[in-house]
Amino acid sequence: MGSTDIIGWFADIGLDDRLQVGGKGGSLGELERAGIAVPPGFVVKTGAFERFVTALERAAPLRARIEALEADDLAGVEACCKEIRARVEAAELPREVLEEIAAAHAALCRRQTPVAVRSSATTEDASDASFAGLQATYLWLTDLTQTLARVRSCWASLYSVESVCYRRRRGMPEEGVAMAVVVQTMVHARTAGVMFTRSPVTGDRSVISIEGAWGLGSAVVGGEVTPDRWVLGKITGEISVREISDKHIQHVPLPEGGVATVEVAEEHRRAPCLSDEELQALRDIGRRVERHYGCPQDIEWAVEHGTSRILLLQSRPETVWSAKEGVPVAKPAADPLAHVMTIFGGRR
Amino acid sequence: MNSTIDATQAAANAIQGAAPEVRKGFPLPSSLKVVPGTERAQAAYPYHVQFSKADDERFWFYNSMHFPEPMSAFDMVTAEAAYCALGAANTRVHCLPTTLGIDHRVINGRVYIGGNAVTDPQEIARRTEEFQKRAFYYYENWERLYAQWREKMMALIRQAAAMPKPQLPELEPLEHVHAGRGVASNQDLLDIYQKTLEGYFRMWHHHFEFLLLGYGAYLTFFHFCKKAFPEITDQTIARMVAGIEAEIFRPDDELRRLARCAVELGVDGYFKEGMRAEEILEALRGAGTPGEKWLEELAVSRDPWFNINVGDGFYHYHRGWNDDLSMPFACLPEYIRRVRSGESLERPIERLKAERQQLIAEYRELLSSDEERAAYDQMIGLAHRVFPYVEGHKFYCEHWYTNLFFNKIREFGELLARHGFFPDSEDVFHLTHYELKMAIIDLMTAWSTGSAPRGPERWPAIVAERRAAVREWAKHETPPALGPVPDVIDDPAIVMLWGITRENLDAWLSASNDASSREIRGFAASSGVVEGPARVVKSVEEISRLETGDILVCQVTNPTWAPVFQKIVGAVSDLGGSMSHAAIVAREYGLPAVVGTGNATGRIKDGQRIRVDGSRGIVTVLD
Repeated sequence: MGSTDIIGWFADIGLDDRLQVGGKGGSLGELERAGIAVPPGFVVKTGAFERFVTALERAAPLRARIEALEADDLAGVEACCKEIRARVEAAELPREVLEEIAAAHAALCRRQTPVAVRSSATTEDASDASFAGLQATYLWLTDLTQTLARVRSCWASLYSVESVCYRRRRGMPEEGVAMAVVVQTMVHARTAGVMFTRSPVTGDRSVISIEGAWGLGSAVVGGEVTPDRWVLGKITGEISVREISDKHIQHVPLPEGGVATVEVAEEHRRAPCLSDEELQALRDIGRRVERHYGCPQDIEWAVEHGTSRILLLQSRPETVWSAKEGVPVAKPAADPLAHVMTIFGGRR
Repeated sequence: MNSTIDATQAAANAIQGAAPEVRKGFPLPSSLKVVPGTERAQAAYPYHVQFSKADDERFWFYNSMHFPEPMSAFDMVTAEAAYCALGAANTRVHCLPTTLGIDHRVINGRVYIGGNAVTDPQEIARRTEEFQKRAFYYYENWERLYAQWREKMMALIRQAAAMPKPQLPELEPLEHVHAGRGVASNQDLLDIYQKTLEGYFRMWHHHFEFLLLGYGAYLTFFHFCKKAFPEITDQTIARMVAGIEAEIFRPDDELRRLARCAVELGVDGYFKEGMRAEEILEALRGAGTPGEKWLEELAVSRDPWFNINVGDGFYHYHRGWNDDLSMPFACLPEYIRRVRSGESLERPIERLKAERQQLIAEYRELLSSDEERAAYDQMIGLAHRVFPYVEGHKFYCEHWYTNLFFNKIREFGELLARHGFFPDSEDVFHLTHYELKMAIIDLMTAWSTGSAPRGPERWPAIVAERRAAVREWAKHETPPALGPVPDVIDDPAIVMLWGITRENLDAWLSASNDASSREIRGFAASSGVVEGPARVVKSVEEISRLETGDILVCQVTNPTWAPVFQKIVGAVSDLGGSMSHAAIVAREYGLPAVVGTGNATGRIKDGQRIRVDGSRGIVTVLD
């Protein structure tokens, strides 16, 4: 099935479609277009949300009530948000929205593949990272009913107290406030982690830092396990740092859905969770993504259990060091020989 | 192994050196004692290289990079000639702003050296102005001056090669008399000797004519890379600059070529593991046309590429391949085996060049602005300009010329031995070059007076005593450094040539405090991790002990040992920086290497299992 204004398959979308598919969805589409393997999926576009809200507005006003709120009136905001979230989570979906999501879900999950549902905000960007409530993620959903419920939860997150207060304080109009939702197959990860295409320690753009541990990436991102760490020359592939840590636990998916924390078998705890070939494959992917976006990236990745395929879950521009750049290390000199005075001239 | 100073003494000195503020330091020179029984051998060295009380105020380090073994009396000429020339270039010719020359002292046959920093800002400013008039001229006219250098150097080499063999006829040849030559043959001995010595001193001037400027230009680029890419490895920078067709690769390339020739000509069966070079040559001479053809190819390779010696050329017993074919021949069976199994053994020059270009371009692309890229272009341009000299000079100076020099002295040894001055021609190397002149004049005088020379009464006992002293000194370890540690090491010569920085002195100090630690740190010279048995090789003669799969542990990794790199799986050295030729050869062979560890040969026992992490510069003792 193709993409519509309700559903967008990753292959059909990119960052330019941000207003319809949100930042996360656009980024996944962009990666797929660049030939980088990501877990297959689609985006429930803002068009679906708009139809849903329009249907809700027909029953009773929604946006107008939010706009009438005072950010300082916390009790009022809380009561109103609670009521609206309940409406968002309970209301039926417009028929065409329901049908399209159901059809896309069926196409994606032919053999009851579990999916992840993630909010994909249209306003989300680096400087707005604190825009609370826009990072909802629900993992290991095993059927359509759960999936639909979580799509609604993502929409409802727009009406969290923090989120509404944020908009009210800035006097943002509610018209145009919308949420896209990513529906993506879960990766049963043997190993997962993060990759920076520059050094998080020194900002060096010529190295790639990779951190990973056994099982799902949530254990690494959540800081529950000390990951193995490697530093690779971005260009040379030379592995200059190898820190293999004691990885005592891992997150694994449960058959009934959800995630469990289990102990890692003794013989695997201190074993490296990536082979040198996998490290090099990750480096290659990191370079391709960086080149595609034209700036250093902060990437989440997973190695699929069984197939050992590497999949990217997310890639976003690195922000910490990029903000510090500015003073050049050296400027060209009128006489190139002047440079040698840095060696022969002594400490100044 | 026992040290000439004991630990309590060292600790006391460290504290003494610390007053008034607590300052870390190495033992003072005055605490270092001449090994009992070797006092007379020590006294043979020139007075101006003996430690004095005033030397306690200065920082010295053991130059084990160039002089890893105790030096015999004659071989000390290398230290004299080299420091004379190095200092002249730095102090008076190019006027390096922050440093003068390097002083040297000798104790127990070990050469300690110390820099001579310029610290007065006004003097630095004055010297900077001079430096820019002098050194910049060299940089600007590098290609022309370097072409001229090669001509001067080749002329010097030709002169040394043409020097006649010293000999004394019973009577002056009749043709000399009839030609009215006037000067008798005994004067020829002095002429040859003085010209030989003069040539050696001059060679060292040529050696240093470009060296510091070359290293400086390289280091300028190196520092830029370290700032722009704080985690870039030293070896990556070296790879961007290193030449691909440098002279240093040629002797090994010739061996590979000879291995291919042997297979092509069908004479490869004559090269068997464990056979002596002489036996192989004999067999080939009897092998008809293919054998003769291979011997012709050998002759082509030998001139000039076998004018390389098995060490760094600083010791008379570091014989050239041309004088001792056992080293190159020992490597041929393995190369031949590889040719038979289908390897071409040819270095893929074009591919290596393309890879280097790509490396340079890809790092360039990572720089954050066009301004930085422009500065990068300027610096790497200069580094590429100077590097052929940095890599190439050793072949002409330390190898080719030095072989000729020591062989000429050896001829004097034969002459003197024939006249009973000492039993063996090699004994000549236990005389200082001043004493050798004296012995030659003694012989000249005896030839002219018709009396017996006096040398035979004098030298045999001295030679025996000095030979024993050198042997004794080799049994004693010597501290890596002496005296108070300076706050900063700002002497570009010392940083560039010996890779000594404040940081690694601190590491040496803590290593001596924590000798039980299983980790030894040095420069990451060639990446990769390997484990294996350590073969601690303290002198060139021990190279033959290396077996396939060993890790070489030595005082200084030497590029002329290149062929042994095909046997070993990793290398560790006491001294040397990541741009040393050794590091380059290790990278060429793809072997993990850690250099500049300070004292790996002292801390690792022969046969111990070790892990070499050439990416991080760490050697770990495993058992």
